[in-house]
Amino acid sequence: MSIIAYLRSENEKLPKELFYEYEYRIMVGISTCSLTKRAEEIKKIIEKDLIDKKMDAKLAIVGCNGMCYSEVLVEVARINGPNILYTNINPENAHLILDHFINYISNNQSLFQSKIQIKELKDEPFYALQERRILEYVGRIDPYSLNEYLMIGGYEGLKKALSMSPEGVINEVLSSGLRGRGGAGFPTGKKWKFAYESKSDQKYAICNADEGDPGAFMNRLTAEGSPFMIIEGLTIMGYAIGANKGYIFVRAEKPLMAERLETAITLAKKKGFLGENIMNSNFSFDIEVILSAGAFVCGEETAMIAAIEGKRAMPRPRPPYPASKGLWNKPTCINNVETLAHVSLILKNGSNWFSQVGSEKSKGTKVFCLTGSIAKSGAVEVPLGTTIRKLIFDIGGGSSNGSIIKAVQIGGPSGGCIPSKYFDYELDYESLQSLGAIMGSGGLVVLTESNCMVDVAKYFLTFTSAESCGKCTPCRIGLTKMLNKLIEITNGKGRIEDIDYLINISRVIIDSSLCALGQTAPNPILTTIKYFKEEYLEHIIEKKCRAKVCTSLLKYEIDQEKCKKCMVCVKNCPNKAIEIEEGEIIFINQDKCIKCGTCRIVCPFNAIKVS
Amino acid sequence: MVGNLEKKMLFSKEALNNKEKLLEIEEVELDFQRKISETLEKFESDPSKIILALQALQNVLGYLPKEAIIKAAEKMGVPISHAYGVATFYHQFRLKPIGRHTVYFCFGTACHLKGAESIYNAFLKAANINNDENTSKDGRFTIHKVRCFGACSMAPIVKIDNDIYGKVTPSEIRKIISKYK
Repeated sequence: MSIIAYLRSENEKLPKELFYEYEYRIMVGISTCSLTKRAEEIKKIIEKDLIDKKMDAKLAIVGCNGMCYSEVLVEVARINGPNILYTNINPENAHLILDHFINYISNNQSLFQSKIQIKELKDEPFYALQERRILEYVGRIDPYSLNEYLMIGGYEGLKKALSMSPEGVINEVLSSGLRGRGGAGFPTGKKWKFAYESKSDQKYAICNADEGDPGAFMNRLTAEGSPFMIIEGLTIMGYAIGANKGYIFVRAEKPLMAERLETAITLAKKKGFLGENIMNSNFSFDIEVILSAGAFVCGEETAMIAAIEGKRAMPRPRPPYPASKGLWNKPTCINNVETLAHVSLILKNGSNWFSQVGSEKSKGTKVFCLTGSIAKSGAVEVPLGTTIRKLIFDIGGGSSNGSIIKAVQIGGPSGGCIPSKYFDYELDYESLQSLGAIMGSGGLVVLTESNCMVDVAKYFLTFTSAESCGKCTPCRIGLTKMLNKLIEITNGKGRIEDIDYLINISRVIIDSSLCALGQTAPNPILTTIKYFKEEYLEHIIEKKCRAKVCTSLLKYEIDQEKCKKCMVCVKNCPNKAIEIEEGEIIFINQDKCIKCGTCRIVCPFNAIKVS
Repeated sequence: MVGNLEKKMLFSKEALNNKEKLLEIEEVELDFQRKISETLEKFESDPSKIILALQALQNVLGYLPKEAIIKAAEKMGVPISHAYGVATFYHQFRLKPIGRHTVYFCFGTACHLKGAESIYNAFLKAANINNDENTSKDGRFTIHKVRCFGACSMAPIVKIDNDIYGKVTPSEIRKIISKYK
């Protein structure tokens, strides 16, 4: 893939301070996604190139700006000059960047026409159609530098908060209409108010950075790119509810996020943004990072509290809610990374600014992660109320391989599958609930005709039944029962009455489970049955999987016309199921075939038919 | 004696008959004891920190032998059953010795849809691991299925030690693992 270089427009110029005393600023995106594409190596190549060219430049490590589909990203800016974002960089073409930029300045770019395509960033819908607020500087500032965060107006939110009373801060958040960005969408201000009104000598503020939803990575992306914004938000929360101790609960699978948050805490302490008498006020606050040992159920507040207390992460019945009895039985308030990032900006820019965008009941912006069979996979920030169609077609560029998109799965294992006929629905908390899904953390997985809906339902149940903590019976046993049924169906052993069985058992689990894990786990099954019942019926009655995913229902055969008798399949078949008849015809012995699909992958002539 | 049985999994019978190897095992054993006490020294007795203590021990030892769990429980002031309960509840903890390299297969939604299963199977075949064991016989690899690294745009993801690979295809697996001896 050739390099696409995006020229940023005038109004996206970096603040002058970010250049320090240098002429150029070079930003290399290093985040979990770009590390898969050897971003570290690229940084070294550019570092060396800078020395060779004796360029007067500041080289900064930055996070990912969300364009994960075109990693690795490198941005070059000249003070008072152009600012270009280079995409699809690899160690082989990294040496071209600085040459191109220098030649671009001197209007001599014809040299690179075959290798580098230049476009305007405002013409790229993936970027231009976003409303980037919390992501504005993610991918442009150094997550290891408190100074750079201050240069873009960081900590102005906390400064304002400290000049107000705690009630004033809570009212500001209340009137913004901000709702929790991690699940059911509970109003953040209300949550804070409950914790504030609980009388206690000790309270706790917790940031949920556990992000257990498979398919969602906005919290990782935000915290890796702008960790101080999260710390500022948590500090504001601490001030508002009257806590002087905070915890950030980070998932062990996301070590880079934990490292950047920890470094940020250390730096903030040094500069007086954490610790005693923050910014010369009477408020003292300290934050500790807790590395989660890994359990999806930790997304449930009371389970997370148990984990921080050093116990097995099992939820307990509510009430009492954490706002009155939380961590060590003290009033506790928990918000996730994205929510706290918004808090920093609400205090900085005011609640009116925040609620300018969004739908009637869901204000502000939300980061969605586009994954699955989508052309441009990554993270985008758009106002709540944006339609699914706009997200996946206008911004995401439609399906990745030209096949028809039949549904999106939203909200992870607690969410549901929304069929294409509802793609004009506006995405907000209420509309999603009316369709049987939930916002969750905002992971949007695009499903095409090559994805089997029964298999998707089975996948999520495999996940939730394994992640069930085992405390309450409906979730522990109910989910296993449902999973077994789905395994039977995908193996061609389903019965027609299984569908009603799945619906009934789902209702029991929803009504009687202790926590949200069980209460929402049937959503993927109920929505796939509701919207894609014909696929279930095909599996059960016709023993057929139209997407050719459920391998037990497939039959592999050799197309004798296409077969050139090269024997590659015979050699590669792990079960010796491909046999030769009279030295002439090659065929697959259906009794021996284990349906692994190896022959189809290795056949150079496309002669393996699947039906 | 620290997890003798587990140690046997690492060394073959021939090796056990060999005197030098026996001495080596003794050294490993002493080394384990020393590492456990050194790690726990850094902690103050605090029942709420049992998870952190177990994490620290696993970082040093690679897994949690019985001895480590018992010592951690004693040091942090929790019943052994509590420490064992924690160690078996969370995905991060491993109770068996690990190979020289640890391989993590992402089984998140995006990776599942993009063929995580076939990558996993190709790896099992290439590294000669049976489906029900998670360490290869030669002690080269220990495999784990994990839920989502959050690099979904690069699905499917495989992580070996600290190296992370994206958009992996089954045919690439042999080439990737040849880097790890």
